[in-house]
Amino acid sequence: MSEDVMVRPHSNDAPAQAAPTPYEPVVLAFTCNWCSYRAADLAGTARIKYPPNVRLVRLMCSGRLDPTFVLKAFASGADGVLMTGCWPADCHYRIQNVKALRRFELLQRVLEQLGIEPERFQRFYASAAEGPQLAAAFTRMIEDVRPLGPLGWGRVPEVAPEETADGEAEPAALEAVGS
Amino acid sequence: MSSYLYYPGCSLSGSARAYAESLAAILTPLGVELKEIDDWNCCGATEYLTLSPLRGYALIGRNLALAESQRNGTSTLVAPCSACYANLAKTDRFVRDSAVLREQLNGALAADGLQYTPGSITVRHLLEVLIEDVGLDEVRRHVTRPLHGLRVAPYLGCLVSRPDYDDRWSRHEQPRELDRLMAALGADVVDYPLRTACCGGHMTQISPNTGFELIRRLVDAADRREADLLVTVCPMCQMNIDAYQDEMNHHFRTDYHVPILFFTQLIGLAFGLEPRALGIGTEIVSAHRALGRIGIEVPAAEEVAVPAGPAGPAAREGRRAPRPQGLPMPHLDEDDR
Amino acid sequence: MSADKPVPASVEPGQPVDPPVDVAAEAPRIGVYVCHCGTNIAGTVDVAAVRDWATERLGPHGVVISRDYPFMCSSLGQELIEEDIRELGLNRVVVAACSPHMHEKTFRGACQRAGLNPYLCELVSIREQVSWVHTDKVAATAKAEAMVAGGVLRVREQVPLEPLRVPINETTLVVGGGIAGISAALEIADAGFPVHLVERQPSIGGHMAQFDKTFPTLDCAACILTPKMVTAGSHPNITLHTWSEVTDVSGYVGNFTVKVLHRPRYLDTDLCTGCGICQEKCPVKVVDPTFEAGVGYRKAIYRPFPQAVPKFPVLDPDNCIYFERGTCKACEKLCPPGAIRLDQQPEEVTLQVGNIILATGFEAFDARRVEPYGYGRLPNVFTSLEFERMSNASGPTGGQIVLRDGVTEPQSVAIVHCVGSRDRNFNNYCSAICCMQSMKFAHLVREHTDATVYEFYIDIRAPGKAFDEFYQRVQDEGTIFIRGRVAEVTDVLRLPEEAAEDGRLIVQVEDTLAGRQRRIPVDMVVLSVGLEPQPDAHEVARRFGITCSSEGWVIERHPKLDPFATMTEGVFAAGCALGPRDIPSSVTSGAAAAARILGRIQQREMALEPIRAIIDDERCSGCRICNDLCPFSAITFDDARAVTEVNPALCQGCGVCIAACPAGAIRGTGFSDAQIMHQIEGILMDTSATGPADAVAHATSPAGAAAEAVPA
Repeated sequence: MSEDVMVRPHSNDAPAQAAPTPYEPVVLAFTCNWCSYRAADLAGTARIKYPPNVRLVRLMCSGRLDPTFVLKAFASGADGVLMTGCWPADCHYRIQNVKALRRFELLQRVLEQLGIEPERFQRFYASAAEGPQLAAAFTRMIEDVRPLGPLGWGRVPEVAPEETADGEAEPAALEAVGS
Repeated sequence: MSSYLYYPGCSLSGSARAYAESLAAILTPLGVELKEIDDWNCCGATEYLTLSPLRGYALIGRNLALAESQRNGTSTLVAPCSACYANLAKTDRFVRDSAVLREQLNGALAADGLQYTPGSITVRHLLEVLIEDVGLDEVRRHVTRPLHGLRVAPYLGCLVSRPDYDDRWSRHEQPRELDRLMAALGADVVDYPLRTACCGGHMTQISPNTGFELIRRLVDAADRREADLLVTVCPMCQMNIDAYQDEMNHHFRTDYHVPILFFTQLIGLAFGLEPRALGIGTEIVSAHRALGRIGIEVPAAEEVAVPAGPAGPAAREGRRAPRPQGLPMPHLDEDDR
Repeated sequence: MSADKPVPASVEPGQPVDPPVDVAAEAPRIGVYVCHCGTNIAGTVDVAAVRDWATERLGPHGVVISRDYPFMCSSLGQELIEEDIRELGLNRVVVAACSPHMHEKTFRGACQRAGLNPYLCELVSIREQVSWVHTDKVAATAKAEAMVAGGVLRVREQVPLEPLRVPINETTLVVGGGIAGISAALEIADAGFPVHLVERQPSIGGHMAQFDKTFPTLDCAACILTPKMVTAGSHPNITLHTWSEVTDVSGYVGNFTVKVLHRPRYLDTDLCTGCGICQEKCPVKVVDPTFEAGVGYRKAIYRPFPQAVPKFPVLDPDNCIYFERGTCKACEKLCPPGAIRLDQQPEEVTLQVGNIILATGFEAFDARRVEPYGYGRLPNVFTSLEFERMSNASGPTGGQIVLRDGVTEPQSVAIVHCVGSRDRNFNNYCSAICCMQSMKFAHLVREHTDATVYEFYIDIRAPGKAFDEFYQRVQDEGTIFIRGRVAEVTDVLRLPEEAAEDGRLIVQVEDTLAGRQRRIPVDMVVLSVGLEPQPDAHEVARRFGITCSSEGWVIERHPKLDPFATMTEGVFAAGCALGPRDIPSSVTSGAAAAARILGRIQQREMALEPIRAIIDDERCSGCRICNDLCPFSAITFDDARAVTEVNPALCQGCGVCIAACPAGAIRGTGFSDAQIMHQIEGILMDTSATGPADAVAHATSPAGAAAEAVPA
């Protein structure tokens, strides 16, 4: 993505009615304290670059990921959610990431029935040594989510008002989600 | 009867006629049926792809498309010539992996009313089909005239075990498949280290010095290990070592005499078939003396003058590669000797 | 500052850790501290903007002060926090800086010194997660603000916690009896505490016992190792379990239960005097693939080497005539004290230990995988371990360097570096010790024979003390160094002029410094093979509850600052289990792990992070969905009360049961639902929108604040 496009503009100087900002997806990534969070730290110390569209929440284990967290994330404005954790058989808590995987599979199906495309909810394994791989996964996820457009659940995207025949501004129609 | 699609390649009807004859002779005992593709064309050998990739792939791809359209219960395409095999396998794989190439190839083939769906044809080498599908036990069953005492050096050439797209070969630089097949025929298999070394390919035309040096290396290694003959699967290898051995000798002022036969010819001999029916006697470096040592009479026509004394500069003093006595040797995982 | 109920200073295991505190009773007063980290953060994130934004936009959520400072982790930075806590009555702190893995403890310490419960401090990473990975400054600043919002909303939900204190069993388990394991065991045993040393082979000593000399001093390996082996074997505080394996590990730091399987030696060690008659008289001689690296022999009943500790032999039933056919029994007949027990069974013992050190070592790369080098096919191609055994005076050739025929001395030897290392086809990493080992071999060859020695290398790695001097010495001795990766080792002659070399090996290599291909005839080739993890590394890691990399090396807690601890409390690692390293490094890591453990033992108890699951009896319906989810057996069902309980000492805080409970009856301390939910909201806050009301529609805003325009 072009990195000179702002995620959310600081409108210190901008007039109250700002021009519509180009859409940049926001992805919330859940990381586990022992593997994927450390991989993210490693990507940081190695100064590997990835787009700023992803924001991390640290959990102790991917098994802590309550499905309601995922729903909350979407409802709070995330356009994509990434579950990350240790590789199977390498979980710091032995097998808890397998339970997380079970939840993930089921939840992805449920979300799909709610109209949330499977590309918006993905998972990725990263050991503590895999900083570059995790960074690449973030980038891929953002690009998977981008063409789907904003999820728009619980939040109306900023859209420029269009002049109607009466000269009154009318918000433009929302794009259908998950076409 | 197992049935396969068959792509002979041009040399089988030309310089490698003996390969075709011997292959035809052993098919029935082995229970294999080969259905030649109708209207097949040249595989492009090795040069065409370097001149124009798309034309090269189209040339090769046409054969694949024809095979696809002529499938009749079998989708395996067998090629006896290593270069044909490699080209066909490679093209199928590249077309599978590249959407762009697939589109371009099918665009070209459309001109001939053909299409190719990558992956619809499985390309396999003749040797691997005989060993895997027919099986060495079946081969052993048909051996009526075991080749005991015949020292054979198995030479696969460069293109058979590499690249190994479908993981069919045990090892890639020292594969033992041909060794095992020869052992199943009762032959004394020489541990030949140059199984997959280069025969020179077209260097015999392009840069003869290089070509002769490579041929010499192969022949010398067989000679030093007291092999009676080399056995191969590839028409190119066979031609280089057979047809150019004389020139190579002249170039280096040596006098090697190492005949090279196709593996199908040896299978035929072991099955008790007549040498003449297997194309034996048509080779330039005659196998007459080699086979005579185990009591097989070979027509004496087209024989090159053979020196009376020991052949080649390696004096046969009974010197062999030192056998490990003092310290134990590690085992290779498929050590069948 | 803290809640109404006094929080106990220490809690016994079994007691609930977290007496609930009523947050609503006291309004949150949050201090936000934005660190510059020099230019590490400030170079990309506009820290002043984040600071201002925190006060302006998050003020309604309780932020009373927001500061920025160049180095928050410095004493001055920490003092800022401490003063604000005291003077402004802060009851929550958010520090936006580096990763919590770096400085969470630091800032928690600052809070504690100022009288604030350390678990009311939250660290937000805007360095590793923002400034170091993004280049767009505006986007990075916006993201930093969002992360801070997440931290602020989360910290509001945090409650005071007390660490769980567990007693530390003073016995330690060391797994692996190589030099690293022995060093660690001796350190702990000499300090007066008991150690169980478990070793898979019949004797301790590891790979070092196989070597002849060690670089660069050329000390005899056995001479420096055997005294340590003997000390370990006879130390009153060390219990050796050789010919044994750890089969199960359960428990937690300070309190591990370990099962060890003793394989049958088929003799009574109380009676065995180590005389060796059984070995002498045994009629079965087989190739010894382990200690002799396949280049020597042993009997079916054997001691791997004369200086073995313990001195008791073992019987190998796979090669024993008695076990095959029921006859022979020469050992039994001839053993003077009658110590042979052919009906011996494996025995399992259970140990209670407080800490564990994994010192399981390495395995050599299998040179057969590199087909062009001909190992396994060409008789005179040897591996480094085979060469070590050959040059060893008590090895199969009595220290003579000879060809595979056992008699001929080579006239020229080629030593090939980086076999299986620095190679994308096999292992990408450098195996650290092979350059020095190869040069040691060159020296030994010239010491034992008159042979010409060639070394084929890519780079020479000689970083340690006296290492480069050794390299210079070996060059001065006349070893020929050729920079080039060997393409092929072959016995096939190619050029007519090579006819005289028939029977020898030819090394084909590009001499990169001379710029040409060379074919060098030699008699013997030694392949310096790389180091690989043990083949069962992944299984072992799982058994001990630690992680290893995909290759199989144990992952350390921090590669720079904590290179011998693992992520699992109470389990440490030493030596080559962590990765290729030489003997001094192995000894150092073993001693370091021992020092850490001795500190723990001495403190008698350890404070564990209070991240736990707690079940609210009132809400638990007894559905038992959570019962099968705990791999640490921390969850039990109380049949009498028909509710589930969590043992806080066994609970590791993973949170799977919390996420699974349909009734929300399980609460997680440190990572509660409320904390995470609010963090999510905060992180997804639209940092561009004006006024707080737009942004956080769902969170409770205590003041119901009116929107305030962002000042220009």
